[in-house]
Amino acid sequence: MTRLVARALAFGYRHHPVGDGVDLDVGGGGVLCLLGPNGSGKTTLFKTLLGLLPRLGGHIELDGRDIATLPHVQVARHLAYVPQGHESVFPYSVHDMVVMGRSAHRGLFSGPTASDRARATDALAELGIADLAGRDYTHLSGGQRQLVLIARALAQDAPLIVMDEPTASLDFGNQLLVLEQVVRLARRGLGIVLSTHNPDHALRCATRVLLLKDGRLLASGRPDDALSEPALSAVYGVAVRVERLSDGQRVCVARDAAVAG
Amino acid sequence: MDTGPGSRLNTPTALGLLGALVALGAVLAAMTGPYPISLAQLAGALRGHPADPMIDTVLFSVRLPRIAAALLVGGALAAAGTVYQGLFRNPLVSPDILGVSTGAGLGAALGIFLSLPVLAIQGLAFAAGLGTVALVYLVASAVRGHEPTLVLVLSGVVLGALAGACVSLLKILADPYDQLPAITFWLLGSLASVRTDDVLGAAPAVVIGLVPLVLLRWRMNLMALGDEEAAALGASPRRLRMLFVAAATLMTAGVVAIAGVVGWVGLVMPHIARLLVGPNFHRLLPTAMLMGAGYLLLVDTLARTLTETETPLGILTAFVGAPVFLWLLASGRRVW
Repeated sequence: MTRLVARALAFGYRHHPVGDGVDLDVGGGGVLCLLGPNGSGKTTLFKTLLGLLPRLGGHIELDGRDIATLPHVQVARHLAYVPQGHESVFPYSVHDMVVMGRSAHRGLFSGPTASDRARATDALAELGIADLAGRDYTHLSGGQRQLVLIARALAQDAPLIVMDEPTASLDFGNQLLVLEQVVRLARRGLGIVLSTHNPDHALRCATRVLLLKDGRLLASGRPDDALSEPALSAVYGVAVRVERLSDGQRVCVARDAAVAG
Repeated sequence: MDTGPGSRLNTPTALGLLGALVALGAVLAAMTGPYPISLAQLAGALRGHPADPMIDTVLFSVRLPRIAAALLVGGALAAAGTVYQGLFRNPLVSPDILGVSTGAGLGAALGIFLSLPVLAIQGLAFAAGLGTVALVYLVASAVRGHEPTLVLVLSGVVLGALAGACVSLLKILADPYDQLPAITFWLLGSLASVRTDDVLGAAPAVVIGLVPLVLLRWRMNLMALGDEEAAALGASPRRLRMLFVAAATLMTAGVVAIAGVVGWVGLVMPHIARLLVGPNFHRLLPTAMLMGAGYLLLVDTLARTLTETETPLGILTAFVGAPVFLWLLASGRRVW
């Protein structure tokens, strides 16, 4: 089974190191959730894990091989990337956008085949958005775009998917919809790495959690252990209370000084 | 599923219609001019039975080379514009963005200033166009730590301005009765003096540039998403960008060398093609090329028939292109 493993990873830019000492390990069926405040280095860490930025130290292994030695096309066959729901300059149709996920499986000079188009159609259907196929990507809502980019990652047929804040800028309903898909994909055997600003999202879907602050890991482990009140309070710099609802689901709320006092 | 949204034509239909239209245009253009040729006369001459030796001369030494040049120049500029707009993720980019036309203009102006023969002027224009873009690319690669396409555009603007200043200097120094009009006319573009040899000279550059563009046109879509996304989807953005820039520059320099600076085609044709078949480069590139070829054929035919003296192409492409472009904007259609 394909695993993405990082050991003692240092990352950032040559004249501007962002973080170090990061260990992580994710494989099929796992959901690794990365939490951290703005500027904690989440996106830079992801770019490094994807092989888009050279690492500054430590190791990253994809499928047992050093990621620095793998060409982009090899990485793309094992590791798909869902960027933050972005603007596209050109109004590609949704189906065209998803077909682009197939390019790692095609030779440099060939266009998409009929089976690539069928794979894209399947990926859209799997996420329940087959009806968007003919729409322009630029005319979609943020939540729809995020689902389309996830469909493109599915069409890429990589066993691991990295998602950069897939719930950012989505409304409440769309956030839950995306998280539901994350859980479903992990049950299907895919390995997922995602970042989020909301600890409740980690509590909903993660099998492991990393808490990142100023480029360093403050805590890591199973969500119930890692997402403790002291750890969350330290990461976000505000007092956080973790409550257990009657059905066992845990939620985070702010500790209101006036009420608590 | 190969077709875009309902309002767009499907690809084979659109390409077939356009191809037929361009072919029809070429036949009409061959018949039109100060010396009219009828369809029967045209057919006879093409089969090698000219009714009149004058027809043979007009057709084979003047009109057909010029039609071929218009198709070649228009198609090449539209293809280069399509590629650059995708590469720089900006629909307002034209093939001149990296200074190829300004550089070629400088080469031609220098050739005219030195009273070189026509072939040498063309060669100098071609070499200076390629050289300018190569210099822009080198300067941009030396700058690290910034968005690579932005650095490329900025160094293109800076070196283009420098080349433009050199052209202005040559215009001031040039002989005002002989050389200055030649330079000015060249900078506005014209196919008036194009002969078969010129077409055959430019064709290899266009074909060599076109082959990788056609083969890699689906990958172009990835580049239009930005470097990081392209790399995450398995492409090698740095290598692809170098290849696309080299191919588009070769094509542009090749046609600018024989036609001079012809504006508008490379900017506007990709837009209109995008309205027809959508932004997917897989079908956009061939559509834009056919439209560019047809458009320049129309404009060049107007250039040689409208008035007694030849009108420079650069003036007509703007006169025809600008109102169409404004109409597209005003009618609220999405132009990109």
